[in-house]
Amino acid sequence: MDETLTPLQRLFLAFVAFFAVLFNRRFAEEVHALRARERAALPPGAAAPKPPDHAESLQIIALLQRDGRLLDFLEESLEGFSDSEIGAAARTVHAGCKKALGAYLQLEPVLHEPEGASVTIASGFDPAAVRLTGNVVGQPPFKGALRHHGWRAARTSFPPLPAHDPRILAPAEVEL
Amino acid sequence: MTGGAAFAIGIDLGTTNSALAYLPLGEERAAPEVLPIPQLVHAGEVADRLLLPSYLYLPHPAEMAGEALRLPWAPPGDVPREVVGELGRAQGALTPIRLVSSAKSWLCHPTLDRRAASLPVGSPAEVPRISPLDASARYLAHLRAAWNAEVAKGDPALVLERQAVTLTVPASFDAVARELTVEAARHAGLHDPVLLEEPQAALYAWVEAMGDGWRKLVQVGDLILVVDVGGGTTDFSLIAVVDRDGELGLERVAVGDHILLGGDNMDLALAHRLQQKLADTGKTIDRWQLLALTHGARQAKEQLFADRAKMSIPVTVPGRGSSLMGGALRVELTRGELGSTLVDGFLPRVEVTARPAAQRRAALTTLGLPYASDPAITRQLAAFLSRQREALDASTAPVPKLSGKAFLHPTALLFNGGVMKAAELKERVREVVAGWVAAEGGEPPRELPGVDLDLAVAKGAATYGRVRSGRGIRIRGGTARAYYVGVETAAPAVPGMAPPVEALCVAPMGMEEGTRAELPSRELGLVVGEPARFRFFASSLRHDDRVGSVVEREAELEELAPIETTLPAASGEAGQVVPVSLRAHVTEIGTLELEAADEKGRAWKVEFNLRAAEQPSA
Repeated sequence: MDETLTPLQRLFLAFVAFFAVLFNRRFAEEVHALRARERAALPPGAAAPKPPDHAESLQIIALLQRDGRLLDFLEESLEGFSDSEIGAAARTVHAGCKKALGAYLQLEPVLHEPEGASVTIASGFDPAAVRLTGNVVGQPPFKGALRHHGWRAARTSFPPLPAHDPRILAPAEVEL
Repeated sequence: MTGGAAFAIGIDLGTTNSALAYLPLGEERAAPEVLPIPQLVHAGEVADRLLLPSYLYLPHPAEMAGEALRLPWAPPGDVPREVVGELGRAQGALTPIRLVSSAKSWLCHPTLDRRAASLPVGSPAEVPRISPLDASARYLAHLRAAWNAEVAKGDPALVLERQAVTLTVPASFDAVARELTVEAARHAGLHDPVLLEEPQAALYAWVEAMGDGWRKLVQVGDLILVVDVGGGTTDFSLIAVVDRDGELGLERVAVGDHILLGGDNMDLALAHRLQQKLADTGKTIDRWQLLALTHGARQAKEQLFADRAKMSIPVTVPGRGSSLMGGALRVELTRGELGSTLVDGFLPRVEVTARPAAQRRAALTTLGLPYASDPAITRQLAAFLSRQREALDASTAPVPKLSGKAFLHPTALLFNGGVMKAAELKERVREVVAGWVAAEGGEPPRELPGVDLDLAVAKGAATYGRVRSGRGIRIRGGTARAYYVGVETAAPAVPGMAPPVEALCVAPMGMEEGTRAELPSRELGLVVGEPARFRFFASSLRHDDRVGSVVEREAELEELAPIETTLPAASGEAGQVVPVSLRAHVTEIGTLELEAADEKGRAWKVEFNLRAAEQPSA
């Protein structure tokens, strides 16, 4: 509803509504349903316990560690390892992280033209989706060469947040 | 049977993976589809997979939070204490004492009481145990719950228990294992599942996939060899193309033995090969690393089979601790090693006269599965084709023109099972069989194309549901075995010698569903009120024994669990001997039932007695 009610109109409405709720069963039921909807739409922090800070971001790091050992790889010093040893580890990380990405994300390029092709950026483009570089002057449409096609998550299906402390990114393993 | 079913359902209850396919019975030409099965893939994460790994993990109470194991259809409140599927398999690989695997192979174990809680074998006493039957029931219950949640969605007419369900079993399952499979289905709430042999299901899937074109791809006189190599078992069947009143007909003429040998053995063999290579350079690995190595070897194998130009693939076992590179081991799988380990190791070029190395005797092994002691699938195949040739020598089965001299000559090959995705393995089987046939002057067999190797059995089983409703060709053949009762012969007693036993045929091979066989004259005397127990035997080779035929040397037969019956007191005075005759009935769903009937026509059911079997002390 676009029109805003004045305080006087609202006072009148409250008066009418009081009797309508009292004497009109359907009206009362609708008001009841409206109030229930309002309660449900409240920010989650009000009713449900608030998830710990950054739980969703932490979950993604945990998934990449679980499937691809990403944290182990990044936290290990490369000092003293040959390129072939690093390469072998990179294969493990690559295969695992790719599997995780494939399971939870469907990727597509932002621009579908091959890289290097000349593209036209129409006016009203989303500056978050297309970054202009180089000789950026004048008015759109802009013409230029596509240097990176960008990535967009076409579909995401992350698993539900774990019930445990999200700050645990990988459990300690103890063999009995 | 299931009146008013909307769907024909095919369930492939596999040794290592299970699948469910379905097709609507109302649509004339509907192709079977596979149900994605929601399952736990990680703690707290449920995802759809086309296959449900047939593994059951029994977690320690402190191990995984119960809520993390909840399936979407589980009612709130009770906390699940079992994990079926992908998470179960992954967790169990690290903690094998809590993992139930290969329940299906245990279901046909010759001496174990398969209704007794005995799995996981050899676990500490505090780990809960369940029977092979219950484990199979759990997998079926998971499939049922998944279907009811995903498809039926509360519509009582669509629930799985009201559909026409076909459950596949290995062709090598005997009457007892088939009976137990049906019992497991009933535990899972599926009351009248129809049984179908897996190689037949694969052929139904092929016929379905080819449409009407299949009639052009085979002809009367063809003998189709189905080679089904699954994750844990290998199964052979021969199906003849015959003339049935001017139409093409399919008739299953022979099935092989239960061979516990499959794709998992191959991956393990590769892993051990690589483990040896590491050991040669002074590096030893633990169980966790062997798992990672097996996983890596499987991937390297798939890449080498897929790309013939690659000569080797590196396999990395990452460090187990947080040091990924520091603890990593690196090894290469070369094409030569792949060839010698898998192709030559499992499918060696052998003569058709080759036979598998003798099976280890059960008495020498501790309680375990009777794994094939010879990993050469080609030797198992040579034995199968030769033994069946001898058996069919004087038989009336419809294969005389094809029989060849020393062994049966297949004219077409149908492959099934995920292992056979590798073209080199298929090619080797074809080459070996072609060599045998050529030596006797025959034409090389051709490969029947176009079956989905992982899912054909489930799809073919769903197709069979439609065939049973009267649409499409039906493979005939009846029971794959003849069954015998051991009867003591009247002979003078000799100290220290058991009286000789002769085996009396009660159910000949090839009995169709819904038929009966009655022993006409031979009568057995049963004592009222006392349990009577008989030894029970089967043979997949004796095609021509009829009801009442006597086999004097029972050693030629396979011995199964004994059968038992007790005549209730109402049938006469206690202690009185009542003459009865045995009759066999193959039910509509494909199980064998035995009854003892007296002269007044009263009948008592004869049960398979699993408890009487020798119990190994675990």
